Amino acid sequence: MTPLDTARLRADFPILARRVRGKPLAYLDNAATTQKPRQVISALVDFYEKHNANVHRGVHTLSEEATSMAEGVRSKLAAFVGAPKPETLIFTRNATESINLVAQAWGRKFLKAGDVVLSTEMEHHSNIVPWQLLASRQGIVVKFVPVERDGTLDLAKVKALLSEGPKLWTFTAVSNAIGTVNPVVELIRLGKEAGATVHVDACQWAPHRPIDLAAWGADFVSFSAHKMLGPTGIGVLWGREALLEQMDPFLGGGDMILRVSLEQSTWNALPYKFEAGTPNFADQIAFGPALDYLKETGLDAICAHELALAEKAREILIGEGVTVLGPQDPAKRSGVVSFNIGGLHPHDVGTAFDLEGVAVRVGHHCCQPLMNKLQCGGTARASFYLYNDESDLEAFTRALRRTMEFFRIKPKAGTR
Amino acid sequence: MEGDAELQDLYREVLLDYYQSSARKGRLVPADLKAHGVNPVCGDEIEITAQIKDGKVVKLRYAGHGCVISQASAAMMAEAMEGAGIERVKELSAAFKRLMLENAPAAGLPPELESLASLEGVRKFPLRVKCATLGWNTMMQGLETGTGAED
Repeated sequence: MTPLDTARLRADFPILARRVRGKPLAYLDNAATTQKPRQVISALVDFYEKHNANVHRGVHTLSEEATSMAEGVRSKLAAFVGAPKPETLIFTRNATESINLVAQAWGRKFLKAGDVVLSTEMEHHSNIVPWQLLASRQGIVVKFVPVERDGTLDLAKVKALLSEGPKLWTFTAVSNAIGTVNPVVELIRLGKEAGATVHVDACQWAPHRPIDLAAWGADFVSFSAHKMLGPTGIGVLWGREALLEQMDPFLGGGDMILRVSLEQSTWNALPYKFEAGTPNFADQIAFGPALDYLKETGLDAICAHELALAEKAREILIGEGVTVLGPQDPAKRSGVVSFNIGGLHPHDVGTAFDLEGVAVRVGHHCCQPLMNKLQCGGTARASFYLYNDESDLEAFTRALRRTMEFFRIKPKAGTR
Repeated sequence: MEGDAELQDLYREVLLDYYQSSARKGRLVPADLKAHGVNPVCGDEIEITAQIKDGKVVKLRYAGHGCVISQASAAMMAEAMEGAGIERVKELSAAFKRLMLENAPAAGLPPELESLASLEGVRKFPLRVKCATLGWNTMMQGLETGTGAED
């Protein structure tokens, strides 16, 4: 595995040449969304300028081109994530919609009052609220595996709750808020052994680490294109074929039907049964070059690169006496570094960093239950990706020191 | 330095003083007005309690966690509103909203709101304007619905 040539990679991302408030941009908000390489941007422009037509409808040349380009990306994605069949990959608007699809199309049909959905306290709101909606509508019970003080899951507690026989076990592969990397394969195996249907939220995993759906053995996996160099407006849901076949449609309308009469309709085949209406085919097509880019750069090299940067950021923060959240064990950490500077509110930190051109996310990261558990209202979060380099770390350090000086935050005794 | 100058423009000394002040932090029991506000951007919560006698705000307290801007703004609001009649409270709130949301000049603020001119710099950070107005919106909501509410 060769180290990343960040100078060459950075040249592919036009936005990285931007200045923010008079400073070069140091973009460290990759867990929220990543920047797009020229290859993705030009694929979008190229499609609109040369091929645009609605898919799956016309028999004219443009429609055939658009259809084959869009379906080509589905096949490319299947190879990227090890899906046995491309039609088991459904394109949605975002991962939130993917999870809602599972809740509505699978949950409404297969869950009944009193059934348990098991999740964890470290989930993004998008893996909590859809189940709460289902709980209020059809009386299911939602339970949560508690998060330990260091932000990890205790497997003994997972096993104990799984032994109560939940119908669904739904968990995140990597915490977006504090960067915990969960033992995904083991968590899936435990769920399957307990007889549960298993859904994995892979939003923070897919951009950084390989997915092998066939080897994982889950039932549903969701993630989002915009967090992995792709365009916004494209989410992915992979589902086990037999389950997808048994499920009712999510939304009704065009594209998802086989035949419609005024009395009833029959459903189209996979994946179209779950893709009602004109799909977001232009963005779907521009997702293709993002996958190529990740494959050519190499997920293993990307992951190693961002982990090294995140570890350095951690050391800098700890050296300044700043509280860093997340696992003690480096093997359980991702490229996300979540921190709190003294008693300073994360929003004040975010604004002060912004004045140095450093983009970090601040707040509860859509994980209020986790923040409550960790007894903080929010954190500041730096998240690294393939195009980040030493210059970003330098800007980060400068912003940190300026912020501490300005707000007169003193490093904890003995740390400096 | 440039970054520091901008920080100083946003976080003026007087703001930091009010942020650190605990003069009007807390909860009043009993209270004639009680209102709860949330900033959906960050999840920050604020609770306003007030004692009102003969159409006048006698005492006003704010509680909860928040950033420098939301806490300082609430502290200055509490100071400005104590002793004011309800109609005057509404006028003050409208004047502050004009400063934050309509770019009204700080020079035109009523005398009670003199210190609030220090929040002028926040206008350059549109996402932070909600921090500055949280306490005020909560107070107005309390006046509309929460008078006498005590749960």
